Amino acid sequence: MVKNVILKIKNMKKIYHTPKNEILAIDDFSLDLLDREFIAIVGPSGCGKSTILSILSGIENLSSGKVENKKNSSIGYMLQSDNLFEWRTILENCLLGLEINGELNDENKKYVLDLLETYGLKDFINAYPSNLSGGMRQRASLIRTLATKPDILLMDEPFSALDYQTRLAVSDDVYNIIKKEKKAVIMVTHDISEAISMADKVIVLSNRPTKIKKIIDINLSDKANPIHNRKAKEFSYYYDLIWKEIDFHV
Amino acid sequence: MFSNEHKLYLKNIRKKNLLIRLSQFIIIILFIVIWQILADKNLINTFIFSSPKKVIDTVINLHQTNNLYQHIWITVYETLISFLLGTGIGIVIATIMWWNKFIAKVIDPYLTVLNSLPKVALGPIIIIWSGAGIKSIILMALLISTIITIINVYQGFSDTDVNKIKLMKSLGANKRQIYTKLILPANYNSIISTLKINISMSLIGVIMGEFLVSKSGLGYLIMYGSQVFNLNLVIAGIVILCIIAAIMYYLVLYIEKRFKR
Repeated sequence: MVKNVILKIKNMKKIYHTPKNEILAIDDFSLDLLDREFIAIVGPSGCGKSTILSILSGIENLSSGKVENKKNSSIGYMLQSDNLFEWRTILENCLLGLEINGELNDENKKYVLDLLETYGLKDFINAYPSNLSGGMRQRASLIRTLATKPDILLMDEPFSALDYQTRLAVSDDVYNIIKKEKKAVIMVTHDISEAISMADKVIVLSNRPTKIKKIIDINLSDKANPIHNRKAKEFSYYYDLIWKEIDFHV
Repeated sequence: MFSNEHKLYLKNIRKKNLLIRLSQFIIIILFIVIWQILADKNLINTFIFSSPKKVIDTVINLHQTNNLYQHIWITVYETLISFLLGTGIGIVIATIMWWNKFIAKVIDPYLTVLNSLPKVALGPIIIIWSGAGIKSIILMALLISTIITIINVYQGFSDTDVNKIKLMKSLGANKRQIYTKLILPANYNSIISTLKINISMSLIGVIMGEFLVSKSGLGYLIMYGSQVFNLNLVIAGIVILCIIAAIMYYLVLYIEKRFKR
């Protein structure tokens, strides 16, 4: 089955300006995202991984290059911290995107309620974020992103705020949700294992100015959910491969 | 229901609180009693220092001539008007500044100067411009309460979590939506706190204004008393003002408790 390209990034370049100098954050970044594909972007910290997502989501402008949205897909952005509003209940938080876009109707509300129920937050729809565990908050954050039915999900280190145990469990949850909802994903992470266990393709970035250093297709035998995938026999091979590519400066 | 140890713990707390209240009460009673004794024994000049009895007589006299409530009402009325106007104007200007960073940067030094300027210095100008009436008093109080409101509220608006703003933008929110759905609710508590400061600022401004110009109000009563050298009236005015300030403070405290999330 040949999958279609839904998002084409061509020679993306981003320069940040400060009064004293200019910083070339991203240089010549090109990438194709296929339908239902899961791409993970890894790289040294501070290399501008998040900037790429910010540009794709339209929050920031690019300096030159092009982003072609082939099928006019809608894009949802899941930020690093959950950013749930403390003064809104979980349901109200999840409806935020619909409210903003003026799409809050019974049908969409039901969709969100179904998502909340399916993903184990039914008993918490009227609770406030402070009453939820870190993992539940992250799930609520994902449902808020899914509420507007985006075709493409951008995730910026979505699990970095969680402790290790929760992190494994939640990445499993989120992965299943994404596959079930048939979304294409670009996920930024600094966790190599997380990237291998979740993605179809891992992009390794260089230090600033950010360029693509290597693109690695992940082919695990017996591919299933992330926790299972961590036990695949190819896992350590890919881990070493990526580890060698990343410039870590301690 | 509770263990004996816990009961003892609760009892101790109650005992301590009672002791605090009792001490507070004893201090004021002692103060009044000693003041009265000193006055009775002619150890202090009651013409200058007055005495509790004389203060009470003055209050009763004011009550009988019906002037008392007139003065209290005028001061409370002026304070409430300045409080509401000051809060409203302050929040609107803070909103404009948040909306337009250019304006915020341009007026920043003017705000800083106005904030550090003792507003009473503007008194004479205010009287000349808006006349010796209630308008001048409210203007004086507004000057004091509005600027501090602008500065506090704007600070809160600017300190709103950038990640939440980023989230709003990623959901496609426009500036108005960011304001109504994020900035305002996120600053709810800080606005309530500003109200608390504002009510006392307004009272200060009103009394200052009444000192400068006025025909009634507690500030006028105190000023008038000192001019005719009726210290009984001055001290009676101050005592009533103390009571009003306390009532207003506890009212706002209640509002804060009730509405703060």
